[in-house]
Amino acid sequence: MANTTADTTTETLKRTPLYDLHAECGAKLVPFAGYEMPVQFPAGVMEEHNWTRAHAGLFDVSHMGPCFLTLEDGIGGGDEAHAKIAAMIEEQVPSDITSLKPGQARLTVLLNEDGGILDDLIITRPIGDDAQGSLYIVVNGAMKEQDWGIFEKKLAGRAVLTRADDRILFALQGPEAADVMKDFFPGCEALSFMHHMPFELNGTRCIVSRCGYTGEDGFEVLVKPEAGIPLVKEMLTDERVKPIGLGARDSLRLEAGLCLYGHDLDPTTSPIEADLGWVIQKRRREAGDFPGAERILRERSEGPARKRVGIKPLERAPAREGTEIHIGGEKVGVVTSGGFGPSVGHPVAMGYIATAHAAPGTEVQLMVRGKARPAVVADLPFVPHNYKR
Amino acid sequence: MTRYTQPTTFYTEDHEWVTVHNDLATVGITHYAENALGDIVFVELPEVGAEFAPGDDMAVVESVKAASDVYAPIHGKVVEVNGALSDKPETVNESPTEKGWFCVLEIKDGAEIAGLMDEAAYKAYCETL
Repeated sequence: MANTTADTTTETLKRTPLYDLHAECGAKLVPFAGYEMPVQFPAGVMEEHNWTRAHAGLFDVSHMGPCFLTLEDGIGGGDEAHAKIAAMIEEQVPSDITSLKPGQARLTVLLNEDGGILDDLIITRPIGDDAQGSLYIVVNGAMKEQDWGIFEKKLAGRAVLTRADDRILFALQGPEAADVMKDFFPGCEALSFMHHMPFELNGTRCIVSRCGYTGEDGFEVLVKPEAGIPLVKEMLTDERVKPIGLGARDSLRLEAGLCLYGHDLDPTTSPIEADLGWVIQKRRREAGDFPGAERILRERSEGPARKRVGIKPLERAPAREGTEIHIGGEKVGVVTSGGFGPSVGHPVAMGYIATAHAAPGTEVQLMVRGKARPAVVADLPFVPHNYKR
Repeated sequence: MTRYTQPTTFYTEDHEWVTVHNDLATVGITHYAENALGDIVFVELPEVGAEFAPGDDMAVVESVKAASDVYAPIHGKVVEVNGALSDKPETVNESPTEKGWFCVLEIKDGAEIAGLMDEAAYKAYCETL
């Protein structure tokens, strides 16, 4: 997601189908990605964060950009149809989409011609022979108009884009999420990380994916409002579930070392600099057939000039986005996300640093309000991932 | 100069409180402010001896979400800071108007106090927000 709360509010803010429910839950609302979104509930960011790590937190992420990309000549046709639609999207992303198994999902990045990241997104291959030739794609809320414009332009006459951002997309995250979910979606507890299943709920089709943005086990559910509003209401009556705002979403993902688009990633950043080289599978690396391949493959073999790393401030002062990273009075990098990590009990940050200084344990100084504060380069994530593999 | 022989508390539109006693002013942030900030995880206090004019950045409070400046309410010189906040910043949430004080200023111009709000005026002001 881009540009956090700095959205200008001259445009009319949109509301998600769960807006009334947020208000009922006492949410504090802020403009985010063009929507009026809950930044926190009465429990507060710290308690919401800790609740999600211990139980199950429910996040409205309907501001994001779920969509379907479908062959112009229609779905059906098994592997062949999948290979056709996968090859089309592979023109824009460096991941191996063709080799996805039915039901499998992959994180990838949308690239510009210079190998810079235009967005990060998750692409899912549907289950069932009759559904092949279609991909379920979720892009960032603040980038969806850009991304969808690119898909429509580049795939004109070959594939059809169907927006699904009029639906509810919500996430249930935390160690108790699977136990809560299995009563609503029997069988979903057997899914492994980055896999999905379709379900029928009150006659409407919905998609349950095992993924998330907190580092915890969890699910994301795409569902139409008429079925989704009562579903979310009922989930919130479970004593293991609490609504969680964007404030805790940010501290959770930062501790988990996950990137926030517009902050940790932007059109100048390559996947190698961002330490996301793993999204480029072997077949694509060998073929070098994606935008900016020359730069990306060169950085992969020779090393990038700068690299995304974790930064652990050694004092209590958090280092926010934009804080300069120095060594011996010389600027060597910049913080792109920073705050306090409630689960680790100290400030946490990530940023870009000259590769020569990127080794974990390297001592650096953070220039916080003119004062040099000691910090070290740290391994990411700060909190181990708790995914169901 | 008006002498406040009994401690008397005044407020700013930026949600600082100022308790005046003789020529000293103890400064902190109000319950309204700490509540709006949320869980406070760091407080940066001024140096003893530093001098401020009204509106100067005097201290910083950081919540999980963001950093916010605390402004000097009047002209003054810092004579004491609440060092306990360095280790226990959450004190500002727990006891904003007592244990969570930030610093004590030596008042330069007592007339400035008259420009601050009293409790009734501050309460009315908060209700307009």
